Amino acid sequence: MKAILQELEKRILVLDGAMGTMIQTYQLSEEDYRGERFATYASPLQGNNDLLSITQPDIIEEIHRKFLTAGADIIETNTFSGTSIAMADYGMEDLVYELNYKSAVIAKRLAKAFTSQNPEKPRFVAGSIGPTNKTASLSPDVNQPGYRSITFEELRLAYKEQIYALIDGRVDLLLVETIFDTLNAKAALFAIEEVKDERNLNIPIMVSGTITDASGRTLSGQTVEAFLISISHLPLLSVGFNCALGAQQLKPYIQRLAHETSFYTSVYPNAGLPNAFGAYDQSAKEMQELIKAYLEEGLVNIVGGCCGTTPEHIQAIAEIASQFSPRTIQNYA
Amino acid sequence: MLRNEKRYLRLSGLEPLVVTPESNFINVGERTNVTGSRKFLRLIKEENFDEALEIAKSQVENGAQIIDINMDEGMLDGKSAMVNFLNLIASEPDIARVPIMIDSSKWEVLEAGLQVVQGKGVVNSISLKEGKEEFKKQAKLIKRYGAAVIIMAFDEIGQADTFQRRIDICKRSYDILVNEVDFPPEDIIFDPNIFPVATGMEEHRRNALDFFEATQWIKDNLPFVNVSGGVSNVSFSFRGNMTVREAINSAFLYHAIQYGMTLGIVNPELLTIYDDIPKVLLSYVEDVLFDRRDDATERLLDLAETISESKSKVKVEKEVLAWRQHNLQERITHALVKGVDKYILEDVEEARNVVSRPIEVIEEYLMNGMNVVGDLFGSGKMFLPQVVKSARVMKKAVAYLQPFIEAEKDVEKKSAGKILMATVKGDVHDIGKNIVSVVLGCNNYEIIDLGVMVPLEKILETATKERVDAIGLSGLITPSLDEMVLVSKEMERSNFQIPLLIGGATTSRAHTAVKIAPHYTHTVMHVNDASRAVTVVGNLLKKGNRVFKEQIREEYENFRKQFLKRGKQKSYISIVEARKRKYKIDWNTNEIRKPKQLGVQVYKDFDLKKLEKFIDWSPFFRSWDLHGKYPNILEDKTVGQQAQDLFLDAQRLLQQIFSEKLLVGRAVFGLFPANTIDDDDIEVYDENGNTKTIFLTLRQQLEKRAGKPNFALADFVAPKETGKQDYVGCFCVSAGFGTEELAQRFKNENDDYNAIMIQALSDRLAEAFAEYLHWEIRNKHWAYVSENFSNEDLISEKYQGIRPAPGYPACPDHLEKNTIWELLEVEENIGVKLTESLAMWPAASVSGYYFAHQEAKYFGLGKITEDQVKDYAKRRNITLDLAEKWLSPNIADL
Repeated sequence: MKAILQELEKRILVLDGAMGTMIQTYQLSEEDYRGERFATYASPLQGNNDLLSITQPDIIEEIHRKFLTAGADIIETNTFSGTSIAMADYGMEDLVYELNYKSAVIAKRLAKAFTSQNPEKPRFVAGSIGPTNKTASLSPDVNQPGYRSITFEELRLAYKEQIYALIDGRVDLLLVETIFDTLNAKAALFAIEEVKDERNLNIPIMVSGTITDASGRTLSGQTVEAFLISISHLPLLSVGFNCALGAQQLKPYIQRLAHETSFYTSVYPNAGLPNAFGAYDQSAKEMQELIKAYLEEGLVNIVGGCCGTTPEHIQAIAEIASQFSPRTIQNYA
Repeated sequence: MLRNEKRYLRLSGLEPLVVTPESNFINVGERTNVTGSRKFLRLIKEENFDEALEIAKSQVENGAQIIDINMDEGMLDGKSAMVNFLNLIASEPDIARVPIMIDSSKWEVLEAGLQVVQGKGVVNSISLKEGKEEFKKQAKLIKRYGAAVIIMAFDEIGQADTFQRRIDICKRSYDILVNEVDFPPEDIIFDPNIFPVATGMEEHRRNALDFFEATQWIKDNLPFVNVSGGVSNVSFSFRGNMTVREAINSAFLYHAIQYGMTLGIVNPELLTIYDDIPKVLLSYVEDVLFDRRDDATERLLDLAETISESKSKVKVEKEVLAWRQHNLQERITHALVKGVDKYILEDVEEARNVVSRPIEVIEEYLMNGMNVVGDLFGSGKMFLPQVVKSARVMKKAVAYLQPFIEAEKDVEKKSAGKILMATVKGDVHDIGKNIVSVVLGCNNYEIIDLGVMVPLEKILETATKERVDAIGLSGLITPSLDEMVLVSKEMERSNFQIPLLIGGATTSRAHTAVKIAPHYTHTVMHVNDASRAVTVVGNLLKKGNRVFKEQIREEYENFRKQFLKRGKQKSYISIVEARKRKYKIDWNTNEIRKPKQLGVQVYKDFDLKKLEKFIDWSPFFRSWDLHGKYPNILEDKTVGQQAQDLFLDAQRLLQQIFSEKLLVGRAVFGLFPANTIDDDDIEVYDENGNTKTIFLTLRQQLEKRAGKPNFALADFVAPKETGKQDYVGCFCVSAGFGTEELAQRFKNENDDYNAIMIQALSDRLAEAFAEYLHWEIRNKHWAYVSENFSNEDLISEKYQGIRPAPGYPACPDHLEKNTIWELLEVEENIGVKLTESLAMWPAASVSGYYFAHQEAKYFGLGKITEDQVKDYAKRRNITLDLAEKWLSPNIADL
């Protein structure tokens, strides 16, 4: 806790880029995903990126290394879908602990190695906790508005399982990210608090919501301010937004957030908006320019990239981030 | 982490709500509260969610900044109703934009609500009521769920009702929350209890002022918190008088805000604009709110009486106590109708000086007044408790006149008729009988009340000697039904011709028509309702009433025929077959919990105060003929005002019972090893495994759909052949030691109202005692669960295990009481006796068994057939005749 706070006092920290985008570049086949261990597994496994921490650990390690080399201070574990709820798609609920633990171990080992090479620039591992593929405050069925496909209690238990594994794998932070339904995030935060209590530890928590479109609201309908109030009941390290929008579109919301909160702020936008083929074409240089505008206004403490961002993007961001001083909380509190 | 000046209460729905010192009063919508809105309750019960959502929506459209959702109603599954409605709200952006206030007295409902709200809502409420640990636990969870909280000024001792108690509890709560739970102080909202003003009770005089001052103290001394309250409560005493209510609410709110109240639940329909309150009324109201003069309440009450709905907001000052200016008859009538005894002696004395003979005061002035009472009562404009209060005034007046009347000697009071009233032999219950007596007494009938446990010889002898015009019999337990049959037979034999009236809880029109009426040639009538008694008796005693009597005979005749026809359609299975279809518990998979403390224990002098929160009030209102569920009955359109008055009086007497220890509570109970043998019997063992006694249970014989079991209580205890040691318990509690003496004392003071009240309260306390003891058994002595239930949960029996009572539907066999009495040495231990009909004495007693198994449930035995009766006689070792006599209400007429 102390270490990262010290760093945040000193400088703007850089978060890594898109794990999914990087995995895509390897063009892995069904067999690659399966590896030896799951060669005869009943259901298709291609696309289960989290599984790669078990079946292709070298690839995951290589991606982490590329981002660390590009200058990332914080790397995220490959566990975005690492809950029994998301893993149910592959019938791999039983694997949750193992793949979170392994992912954490891979990332941590590498981060440690980088830190020992350059103790002046310590690296941190954030355990990635995704939103799952269900929503606790929205009905999937328009004809049954009162119906819910998942409950708080189910989410809490699923998250707890993931959190135990990440902590056992020695992550430095927990990052509840890509929040499109605040109630899901509250269940994750609830689970984190329980684990903190049980283990008597004080692990820093980052929270990052997602503003889905120009309405300026989360998918579950909250405004920036309402979202912030809804997750501020616990001591967070940082709060911010990621995904769905590019740096340009996201900026007004970060402005509002930075104005309202006394937590540190983070932003890791997509590399622009996706093109007609679903790919991101914003270049590292373009994104750097946009991020620069955030830094000039002193809006953020942590900055990185989401979908479509590569080590080049992160390197460009790290470069520009090093030229500015971090947002000071005192100005706003 | 936050700089202090920005520590504001921040809430959210889809949009934020930040309460800053500059914010205006935050208005919490209260129409989506089943306890406050009958319409909303109805919609929820009918599952008409579209309209229920409309209510929520219109509240938000009309400016509610938070909406309070409450589903605490006995008939609702509060938890699922809360979850369902909150989920529906979440799909309505027009509603969901404001924060939610999750309102319940039950933690499980609050928690369920917290789990479905994505924004930051408010929990309403928690307090130190259940102790510090529970409080901390709940606060910690609320913080973790991300909500603000309303803290009621309530602690282990009770609700704070003085300035000092309010601030002490709020300070203590604050310190615990902030220092021990690390709860953000800006997320704390105190509710320092808004209580009704102008109740007439001395200790309520500072209710408003204490709230104001406590609010100010809280704002000054407990940094960053907010203060809230339910405003409409302050004017509770003036229910029915909208003008005064609105004035009180508005003035209160206006001042409360000045003192620092920042948000609250306000019914906009019960609010007027402060400046619109007529100046006189406002000054009277503010005198009350600020306790500015000793007679403030009386002045406001008098003023209120002159403000009717129609002529509201006019000059009213002159009309203070206007009724005292009326003529003598009007004054006496007013006193009787309103039950005001303050001036009655003065008025009666004046009347005595006007008339030539003192008896005429009764015959004219008082009877004229009582006729008005009778008419109002008959037309449903007055209610039983009021009538009993009228009777109190009447009695006071008559008692005053008595010496003057006797001095004249030669006169005999002319009455409308003489009625003999008695609770039959073996039975001790007489609340209903007393009420009917009082009501008839009010209507100028002379009542000869023979009391309880009256043998039939005495009834008939007195009836003859006193030449009564009718006999009224009452009884509560089933053997009394037979006793009534005997009375009717004996009346026929002795050539009586007067009407026989039947009443009491177990009596019914069916039983009267089928079992009693055939034995007596003259009128037999079932009258179970005090309000009907006057009309019925009036018609029966009218001269030339043959037609009426014949009508009744015919009606009962038809009823009997129909009833008998209906009875034959049911079919029964043999007891042998019924045993095959018994309820089967899988004893292999079910763990049996051994009681922590086996054997018999006694509470000789139990502190009845502990039972207060276990009281189920609904039957109390029923005993006064006010029908409805507590607490909703207090807000009922028709009887609400009466229910409130009655409740206030009951509370007063109850507190007196507690503080002066007027009644003694005693209990004996025991838990024993036991096993079921031969399907229907429960063998009870001592610590060495020797059989101490055997409980005999009866089994349902009604033919049911395939797969539906025929229950007997023995099904809930492991059969001996399973080889598993099971357990069973039994108990007797009483809160009736002292009741009779007190009732008599009140009667001697011509106060039937309180005489009936003390009986009704004793009964409630006995029931509460049984509920409490059962709770202790479950959690402490048997200790098979560990619960944290609200009273409503208890009343609706949401816990594991049952305590059926002999004489009630699951085991109608009263003889089982003898077994319990021997096993627990009830009489030796606590002095509760059994009469020859096996009624318990004192009457306010409850006895029964305990069954702990999770599948144990209450059922009704229904009718049984001769084969089981024979079998039972053998098991009980009594003659068939005797068995038939005791079980007769449950033997099918085939």
